[in-house]
Amino acid sequence: MSNRAKLSLYVPEPNARPGEQPSFDHLEIPAAGAVRCPDIGAPEHELRDLPYTLIRVLDEQDAAVGPWNPKLSTDRMIKGLRAMMLTRAFDDRLFRAHRQGKTSFYMKSTGEEAIGAAQSLALDQGDMSFPTYRVLSWLMARDYPLTDLVNQIFNNAKDPLQGRQLPILYSARDYGFYSLSGNVGSRFGHAVGWAMASAYSEDDKIALAYIGEGTTAEGDFHEALTFASVYHAPVVLCVTNNQWAISSFAGIAGAEETTFAAKAIGYGIPGLRVDGNDFLAVWAATQWAAERARSNRGATLIELFTYRAEGHSTSDDPTKYRPADEASTWPLGDPVERLKRHLIATGVWDEEKHASLASELDIAVRAAVKEAEKIGTLGKSKPPIEQMFEDVFEEHDWRLVEQLREVRD
Amino acid sequence: MAAMNMIQSINSALDVMLARDPKVLIFGEDVGYFGGVFRATDKLQEKHGLKRCFDAPISEGGIIATAIGMGAYGLRPVPEIQFADYILPAFDQLVSEAARLRYRSGGEFWAPITVRSPYGGGIFGGQTHSQSPEAIFAHITGLKTVIPSNPYDAKGLLIASIECNDPVIFLEPKRLYNGPFDGRHDQEVKSWAGHEHAEVPEGHYTVPLGKAAVVREGEAATVLAYGTMVHVALAGIEDSGIDAELIDLRSIVPLDIDTIIESVKKTGRCVILHEASRYGGFGGELSALVQERCFYWLEAPVERVAGWDTPYPHAFEWDYFPGPKRLVNALNKVMQD
Ligand SMILES: Cc1ncc(C[n+]2csc(CCOP(=O)(O)OP(=O)(O)O)c2C)c(N)n1
Ligand SMILES: [Mg+2]
Repeated sequence: MSNRAKLSLYVPEPNARPGEQPSFDHLEIPAAGAVRCPDIGAPEHELRDLPYTLIRVLDEQDAAVGPWNPKLSTDRMIKGLRAMMLTRAFDDRLFRAHRQGKTSFYMKSTGEEAIGAAQSLALDQGDMSFPTYRVLSWLMARDYPLTDLVNQIFNNAKDPLQGRQLPILYSARDYGFYSLSGNVGSRFGHAVGWAMASAYSEDDKIALAYIGEGTTAEGDFHEALTFASVYHAPVVLCVTNNQWAISSFAGIAGAEETTFAAKAIGYGIPGLRVDGNDFLAVWAATQWAAERARSNRGATLIELFTYRAEGHSTSDDPTKYRPADEASTWPLGDPVERLKRHLIATGVWDEEKHASLASELDIAVRAAVKEAEKIGTLGKSKPPIEQMFEDVFEEHDWRLVEQLREVRD
Repeated sequence: MAAMNMIQSINSALDVMLARDPKVLIFGEDVGYFGGVFRATDKLQEKHGLKRCFDAPISEGGIIATAIGMGAYGLRPVPEIQFADYILPAFDQLVSEAARLRYRSGGEFWAPITVRSPYGGGIFGGQTHSQSPEAIFAHITGLKTVIPSNPYDAKGLLIASIECNDPVIFLEPKRLYNGPFDGRHDQEVKSWAGHEHAEVPEGHYTVPLGKAAVVREGEAATVLAYGTMVHVALAGIEDSGIDAELIDLRSIVPLDIDTIIESVKKTGRCVILHEASRYGGFGGELSALVQERCFYWLEAPVERVAGWDTPYPHAFEWDYFPGPKRLVNALNKVMQD
């Protein structure tokens, strides 16, 4: 050994663990309306301030302000609010169904509902999203039938995925919702390929992909960005930074050193960092990136800055690794509340209308669960056994023919 | 001695090795403060310090690549891959790097890593929390693949794996973590309490790699199994009323060929049981070995009982999972011939 200083291994740690005081004081949160909105034709090298700030539209007085205000019609905002509220009602009811033994697994998206709802409505029919398990609100915004969701979760005889998938790993092609898989990250590159295929075919469709901040560590993320950059793929690539990846804080994915939006800089594509709990900001940034993609200017990376307000899944207890009251100190509020207050502030909504919508949605969810229960919950009803062997290949080979025969005996 | 379930005995093996050897370190997704999604590394960070057991980014390729680099430097990393289904993003690192580093560098570098990973079904985990990928590792020369079936073996085999200078894939049958599941899914869940192999020494000991265990002696037929299927096999043998010998392979590379041959020569009949899909599964290799070495002693063709050649289907968990009934059928078949 020389007389140089000894090295030491650095391992990031969050600033509060259970029993400690949670704090988000280190976050720099610019005022709503403070961030500039460049022309969609601006070259990437003129956009390099945007990954380090936070695009926000809804201010503390519940007004929509600044250059990113998408100036949405009331109808659109109410549609978005409805999709978010429906997502929350559905999540609560189905989480409880798991506790009652009606299914094996469930995951909520509480606190992140604005993302899927705004993006689903901002994109066109025919565009394709490549979701994570936390964007149920995409489907809710497009009126996917609730009973079909529950049938999938119960894996019953009417499950649209024939009992083959873990609950909530939906697939809904007609709703612009690509097939989910249990592996995280592995579809990020599919979105780029889909977008390249659209460009190759001289079509006018674009793709949008989601990845969790934790999963940006996978090679899939970096490979997708490389291809998106090289081929100017018409794709909107979104990182949902909800601060946690099961028990690992975002620092384990590199958040202490830079932002997730700033990863775009190394690939030469625009990076936007957006308040993910602000329905209007998510909409506006998505529309900006989508227009850029549609005008053949290539990909954009959007970091949606949000917070996973509840546990990772039904298998998780977040009080084991983060302060129990951390969610309540999150400085960007709740997306449903914020849009609701904005609608009230603009005079088109009130508490009464809100309460009656909430109860209407609750009734719809209950009815869907009832209907699915009539068919059967997990294990009580299932698709015909042939479905285990269907779709392995387009046509069975001899092994599957023999095995189906054996399983029937 | 202490009564331990399989999670506790694995935790104990890691604890013992962290205390004994400063070159041992653990990292993986959620293994640090939280102690792992199955609690296998519970309290190890608190006890041994942040840099001995810490969280890794969600990058299986990165986890294995850095483990190999650490191993080449001289450490003994014990990375965890949260589910064996998620080893695949690291496959190239295992196959092209870990398995060949010593060979291609003429012995200058090697990778003494032990990759722990929960595997197998029976927990309603769906397509990507249920698979049994052991055969694809067995196919790769240069990797060892170890699969315990009880708490005592798990600890002893894990310590032996960590002390081994070759890369080891250590597959933990997650359905056995809390009890000896025998495939009778409609019966009450059993715990390890009172099981003879749940009495585990608190200190250091090893169970050698490449040494099978004869779990049940018998004369009529030989059943080869590992992991969860050892318990399923016991149940199936019991249900069949046939006096079968049951061998728990404990590791598939290295393989205890002598114990297998001795048993098949004695019984003249052989059934192989594994959870993984049948086609190209490790049962194919076992069957070929038995046929090559015991052909003149065999009274019946070797039978294989395995998962179907489909992805692991969530709703059809118990139609897919090879339970005792399918073993009974296979035993009856080899006895008829
Ligand atoms: C390839 C792969 N590795 C590990 C896992 C286990 N796993 C499931 S979700 C998850 C955390 C993902 O965190 P993040 O990307 O931040 O998404 P979030 O759950 O926060 O939405 C992990 C590690 C997995 N499903 N797939
Ligand atoms: Mg996350």
